[in-house]
Amino acid sequence: MPLDDPMGPAITTDNGKGSAAPNRLAVIDGDIHPAVRSMADFKPYLSKRWWDHYETYGMRRKHGSANGEPYPKSAPLACRRDAWPEEGGRPGSSLRLMQEQHLDAYGIEAGILGPLGNTGQGEMNLELSAAMCSATNDWQRDTFTRPEKRLKAGLVVPYEDGVASAKEIERCGGDTDFGQVFLLTRSAEPLGNRRYWPIYEAAERYNLPIGFHVFGTSGHPVSGAGWPSYYIEEGAGHSTSCQTVVTSLVIEGVFEHFPKLKVVMIEGGFAWAPALAFRLDKIFERMRNEVPHLKRRPSEYIRDHVYFTTQPMEEPDDRRHVLDIMSWIGWDKLLFASDYPHWDFDDPFRAFPAGVTTEQHRRICAENGKSVFRLN
Amino acid sequence: MSADWKGAIDCDAHPHVPNIDALKRHMNDYWSETVDVRGITAFDSVAYPPNAPITMRPDWRADKSRGRARADSDAGRAAAALMDRHGFAHSILNCLYAVQLIRDEHMAAAFCRAVNDWVSAEWLDRDPRYRASIVLPLQNPELAVEEIERCASDKRFVQVLALAMGEHPLGKSHFWPVWKAAEKHGLAIGIHAGSSYHHATTGSGWPSYYLEDYAAQSLAFHTQLGSFIAEGVFVKFPKLKLVLIESGVTWIGPYLWRLSKFWRGVRLEVPWIDRSPIEFVRDHVRLTIQPFDAPASGETVGRLMDQLQSDQMLLFASDFPHWQFDNDDMLPVGIDATLRKKILIDNPLATYPRLGGSHAA
Amino acid sequence: MTRHVVARAADLPPGTRKRVSVENRDIVVLNIKGELFALSDKCPHKGASLCGGLLTGLVRSTTPGEYQYDRAGEILRCPWHQWEFDVRTGRSYCDPRRLRLMQFPVAIEAGANVVEGPYKAETFNVTVEDDYIVLDVP
Ligand code: FES
Repeated sequence: MPLDDPMGPAITTDNGKGSAAPNRLAVIDGDIHPAVRSMADFKPYLSKRWWDHYETYGMRRKHGSANGEPYPKSAPLACRRDAWPEEGGRPGSSLRLMQEQHLDAYGIEAGILGPLGNTGQGEMNLELSAAMCSATNDWQRDTFTRPEKRLKAGLVVPYEDGVASAKEIERCGGDTDFGQVFLLTRSAEPLGNRRYWPIYEAAERYNLPIGFHVFGTSGHPVSGAGWPSYYIEEGAGHSTSCQTVVTSLVIEGVFEHFPKLKVVMIEGGFAWAPALAFRLDKIFERMRNEVPHLKRRPSEYIRDHVYFTTQPMEEPDDRRHVLDIMSWIGWDKLLFASDYPHWDFDDPFRAFPAGVTTEQHRRICAENGKSVFRLN
Repeated sequence: MSADWKGAIDCDAHPHVPNIDALKRHMNDYWSETVDVRGITAFDSVAYPPNAPITMRPDWRADKSRGRARADSDAGRAAAALMDRHGFAHSILNCLYAVQLIRDEHMAAAFCRAVNDWVSAEWLDRDPRYRASIVLPLQNPELAVEEIERCASDKRFVQVLALAMGEHPLGKSHFWPVWKAAEKHGLAIGIHAGSSYHHATTGSGWPSYYLEDYAAQSLAFHTQLGSFIAEGVFVKFPKLKLVLIESGVTWIGPYLWRLSKFWRGVRLEVPWIDRSPIEFVRDHVRLTIQPFDAPASGETVGRLMDQLQSDQMLLFASDFPHWQFDNDDMLPVGIDATLRKKILIDNPLATYPRLGGSHAA
Repeated sequence: MTRHVVARAADLPPGTRKRVSVENRDIVVLNIKGELFALSDKCPHKGASLCGGLLTGLVRSTTPGEYQYDRAGEILRCPWHQWEFDVRTGRSYCDPRRLRLMQFPVAIEAGANVVEGPYKAETFNVTVEDDYIVLDVP
């Protein structure tokens, strides 16, 4: 076969291949990325006014690139080389391949979608942002979740407009095809800011968790240290954007105001969480009089409200280090995610280090996700 | 004096510039007149609000009833609280006067000169045990190099100082002339928590609370460390030591796992990084131990220490007068005697070539 | 050591690769500019099939900004996490001592030899007219 021909992976999971295998773990995957074949897929879901607008002015996010990436990825569209559909289109756009290569192959019982790209999130024209988000939600439903019951859509909202976001949650949140409200970590202001509270209020009302996925175009460098040069810095930096989100949600009092809210940090790894919780507790101890609205220590809010998807799996040289971290976070707070079809994909049966017991593995891969994503 | 700390090298203590007049005395006629003509009263940043608990331990605060100034405003009082009381061999002074806020690069250079000369006259000259960092006008690398050249002959300066949040990540080639000069003179590079506030303090803009600002400092250290590695600063300047000061420490293991895993897949874009980032860190990067973000559990501290996979990375620091600890609990719990000695003495000596010799005890 | 006939030589022209299963092992056979390589197909990291990976050159550097590029097409990158493997040694770039692919001797044999010799060819018939790719698998 030609050199660059994609081909399916040889999958031999520990539990055997194919649905015939007995005692198969019913995996819940917290991060699957559906894609459009091209922007035309959105056209049926946009009014003429917004399609024409899109065709005339395109999308404008706070990074200046009309297309392409300021930090070009390490593979085309950051995708696995073996995930390009034979019938054309991008990885993630073929439900058939997603079923064959991923859902069936790994025995995924439920997969939570997280649409990225031109979904309207982070678009500066707020009305266009809202229209695109609605289109993305309708498209997910028609293309993925209606034909494939194992998939649950990520309810994308025009998050820079809290009120419009709440409206979108009201429009879609009653539909059980949606498994989470989907936001990106790099927002214009820290996500605990009050402008975003209508989103949390609506999500709590519909018993939907909020998934905070890395990426987004805030217009700000990933930390106050300025803009790095390389993709490796951008990529490693996603964990810092997750820390910004968790810090802000906790300190600004979101969990105090929305005590039933659950949030899921997606694709930023998780090893950073204990050190952050230690840090916040320490600072809080010293200066709690600045934030009297907090009734408990930051680590307690984190423990009760924040879930972490495991991808990309942390791989220190000494696996005991990651086992420490996992036990500090809590085996009930970690959720498996594959990130299919992206290049830093995790395999539910190979991603975890030796030392994770069968029971712990079952909780991470099959159990914990059920209650978080409204699957019960 | 407690025997426990004898000979320790305190790698982070902060002298406080009491007022603009203290600096004016070290300015030329143009700049000292400018201060008056333009009504410049101070460059203090919001990084450490004077009355915020973290800014100063209660016993080091000013006490008007007893006619006592804040402990960090006087070299003698600070020496009594640190070196006399505990028997430290040295305290390294990192002046946080906020020259980084200034947008005018020439004014920034003038203030840096004044700060460095003030530290020299009011602190270094007052007690031979003090050492200090050269504060740099990184607004313009050429001016920063000039300042290094001006101060470097004074061997009591052992480090150059930058803040964690500036205009650009500090590994960028823009800054290489500065690091080259530092390497040439055997000066370590110290990056201290703090911001020029030229960018928002988080990747999602400005947070509402001071507490969030302080928490965000450790995130800027992630960026700085990634920048020094990815840009190849340690390949270019193999003798450099980078010291991360007041970073919180325990974030670094997890960040390095991530950076090193990424490197395996994307090293093509930075091929000069010919071994795992973790190895560069072990050879070149050090962290001061206050604060150490961990609960007061010896077991947890031990596991976190193990993540560093090295006993050479930590440097003792009091972070005087910031309120990081009470009593004399200057180290996290559960550190054994061997590691303790390394942190207190051996590691600082290995990090700062300019401390060598004078300290042979 | 058993010799396995895994393909007709004509079916694996330069610039192509093929994944074969022999003795319970997945092996990728590559024809790079007429030279044959056979390596374990299973990535030692997390087990992706390397057959779907891209072949690139070897990039090295001694100083920032310098990019030495040579040996075009001889570095196999895993289709998942993009770790690099040298097709000539099987060694990974990131951890050459510990992470390496098993290599298998591979050669082209004339059909006349293959028909007679102690070869296994499970999936297709061998004829004297053709040449075959033969793998040695322990
Ligand atoms: S599976 Fe091959 S690099 Fe990870």
